[in-house]
Amino acid sequence: MSYSMWILLTASLVGVCCGLVGVLLILRRMAMMADAISHSVLLGIVVAYLMTLQLSGIHMFIGAIVAGLATALLVQAFNQLGVQQEASIGIVFTTLFAIAVILIATKAGNAHLDIQHSLMGEITFIPWNTVQLPLLGAVPWAVVSLSAVLIVILLVLLLFYKEWKLTSFDAVFAASIGIPVTLMHYLFMSLVSLTSVAAFDAVGAIMVVAMLITPASAAYLWTDKLSVMLVLSCSFGVISAWGGYYGALWLDTSISGAMAFATGIIFMISFVVAPRYGIIAKYRRVSPTQALSK
Amino acid sequence: MNLLSYNAQWVLLSTLLLGMAAGAVGVLSYWKRQSLMSDTLSHAALPGVVIGFMIVGSKQLPIMLLAAAISALVGAWLVQTIRGSSRVKEDAAMGIVLSVFFGLGIMLLTFANRMPGGGQSGLDHFIFGQAAAMVQSDVVTMMLVAGIVLLIVVLLLKEWKITLFDASYAQGLGFSVKMMNSLYTALLVLVVVVGIQAVGVILLAALMIIPAVSARYWSNSFSIMLLLSVCFGGGSGVLGTLISTWGKGWPTGPFIVVTAAVLFVVSLLFGTSKGLVTVWYYRRRQTIEKQKHALKAVIASELGEGAHQ
Amino acid sequence: MSAVITVNDMNAAYRKSEVLSNVNFDVNAGTLTAIVGPNGAGKSTLIKSMLDLHPRSSGEVAFWGQRYQAVKKRIGYVPQRGSVDWDFPTDALDVVMMGLYGSIGWLKRPGKGHREQAMEALRSMGMELYANRQISQLSGGQQQRVFLARALVQDADIYFLDEPLAGVDAATEHIIMNTLQQLRDRGRTVIVVHHDLQTVEDYYDHVLLLNRTVIAHGATGDVFTTDQLVKTYGGALRWLREKV
Repeated sequence: MSYSMWILLTASLVGVCCGLVGVLLILRRMAMMADAISHSVLLGIVVAYLMTLQLSGIHMFIGAIVAGLATALLVQAFNQLGVQQEASIGIVFTTLFAIAVILIATKAGNAHLDIQHSLMGEITFIPWNTVQLPLLGAVPWAVVSLSAVLIVILLVLLLFYKEWKLTSFDAVFAASIGIPVTLMHYLFMSLVSLTSVAAFDAVGAIMVVAMLITPASAAYLWTDKLSVMLVLSCSFGVISAWGGYYGALWLDTSISGAMAFATGIIFMISFVVAPRYGIIAKYRRVSPTQALSK
Repeated sequence: MNLLSYNAQWVLLSTLLLGMAAGAVGVLSYWKRQSLMSDTLSHAALPGVVIGFMIVGSKQLPIMLLAAAISALVGAWLVQTIRGSSRVKEDAAMGIVLSVFFGLGIMLLTFANRMPGGGQSGLDHFIFGQAAAMVQSDVVTMMLVAGIVLLIVVLLLKEWKITLFDASYAQGLGFSVKMMNSLYTALLVLVVVVGIQAVGVILLAALMIIPAVSARYWSNSFSIMLLLSVCFGGGSGVLGTLISTWGKGWPTGPFIVVTAAVLFVVSLLFGTSKGLVTVWYYRRRQTIEKQKHALKAVIASELGEGAHQ
Repeated sequence: MSAVITVNDMNAAYRKSEVLSNVNFDVNAGTLTAIVGPNGAGKSTLIKSMLDLHPRSSGEVAFWGQRYQAVKKRIGYVPQRGSVDWDFPTDALDVVMMGLYGSIGWLKRPGKGHREQAMEALRSMGMELYANRQISQLSGGQQQRVFLARALVQDADIYFLDEPLAGVDAATEHIIMNTLQQLRDRGRTVIVVHHDLQTVEDYYDHVLLLNRTVIAHGATGDVFTTDQLVKTYGGALRWLREKV
């Protein structure tokens, strides 16, 4: 596999993972939680590093999941103590992130843990950091981890598809027929944390947010079927990844920045031209009652 | 940094004022239920900052602030438009603007870093805040802005109160809710754009949320909450900056945020109005009073019975 | 007739204030009961506390002598319409099928038989033509009928409905109340938070007057009197004055 093919594969995997998780994220109105978690996983990574003195590996993932769950739990706790939802999110993730930055600036000063890197990612280094796999030879670690995460996401999503659908649509009703709504909420938060940290290496924190929220939002404007929305979201994610990569090469600029921006372009296009839910379609439309009687 | 040095005093003064302004506007955001808008706008300001730099060719604060403000305003407008004209909800709209604008900003940053005079120092400080790197003229600009913000909030105190709590009623009384909303957006953008100097893009939201929420635990009065939030914000600014001077090259942002967070936890527990420990204490007193009362009643009735027989 | 629901000494709080205190009542099988009371009386909270959707600070609730968790599957709940995202990518038929998720079980997909059941429920609500309509394209009354169809498809023995007639058109009200009466005639137990005092006597055979505690409950004829109503609603006036 050539250098650029590895990069594109990694970015595509990020697009698919984030595209899938992102759909549920926006339907459950937890977009800002994604912003929060993608920042607070930094603390998880830093603590994991300080405890194990290893920079990559399963410890980081565990640290990230713990940080993500802690974020969700703390936000819930403050919310129940009477703090508004958005404010709770704001307090928790900024404080956790600030602690992480302090830890990095003070203790881990000589480590390779670089804040810039976590925020912006450095996808150009991906192909050099490889692991040896049995049949396939040297494969970049990022590809391996993202593929594993993708498998987990697909499993969790498909096995419990109807439960995800119902808990996202009407949590109260779901609870009344016996579905463990709270458990699923935390399961979902874990999934978001997992996806965040896997994508970090590739595209950094802010871009993970872009990949999680924007393609899914764009897909939302094209369809009324959940299954189609999931497929579209992944497709938009992959297109953004490829478009961003080549755009960045052409303009000689940050690849992750370009990918994030690309998601925005796709969203804007969808916002304008999507049939039925785009701006143009709305202006063209006859009044709703006339449409229904057709 | 020598605490008694002239420069140090300017820096502390600026973080004090910034904290105060952020605390003030943060209260408005909280009651508007838009706490995270500051997070969105601070990220949206980044492309403006970089473009401002690129147009002028050197790091000139007023120009960069203006460009940042325009960029943030465009971001705010986009959030409203996306939310208002499509089925995409407000949280997703904020996330989109936040991350896409920031991505654009990063793209532009790599261009700017290649320009002469760009380099890591000036622009990267916008991400994490480095109040200590500010020059006196910068500080003066920021002080002016912070001063204006505080003035407007204080002067229009009763207008804020009424339009925040019951907009339709206020409209009926003749207050222009639309104007107040525009004013609020303007103040928000001003504080964001000036605040990211001290704490950086990512942590600005903290300064605008945490002091305001902390104040809530000490009072139910809007004016007092405002006053307290201003104090907490300013206090966190100064303390945090002081602490960050202990280490070489430590960014100011995280220390200011952690200071604010500590104040929050203290307020959460011990605040006189809603602090958890306070409430628990009063409940205990109430229960003990009730028990005493019930015991007295039982004894009284026993005695009463005895007397009749 | 035996009591299928018994509530003993139930109290519930919201944040710091007591919302329900000392609630005691029974409900028999084959009845259609209205819960009636002023705003803030705790009507929604009453239902939620009984269905473990809201914590009780004390008291017991029994369905056929058992805890709610043990008999969940036999109880249906139609909450107030506010809690749902209308822009969710789902159509009317899909929503009704969600009522079957509990019986389909984990890891299994809905099949043709389930689709048929769902269609049948929609048909009984007069909504079969709208089966594939995205739910935001339906009127308020139509949406409510879809949610009732979802409850019907659960084939429960007890139904709780929270203000099902709020904001619906006359035709929908007719269909809904008709359906509830049919359920009652078939021996099911139906409890409804009802907001319109004018129609209570037309529809319901039992009434529960609630204002943070049970003022009175029993057969409509016995309980729905001017005297009791004044106690229920007059009390609210006193409560409001205390708050201010």
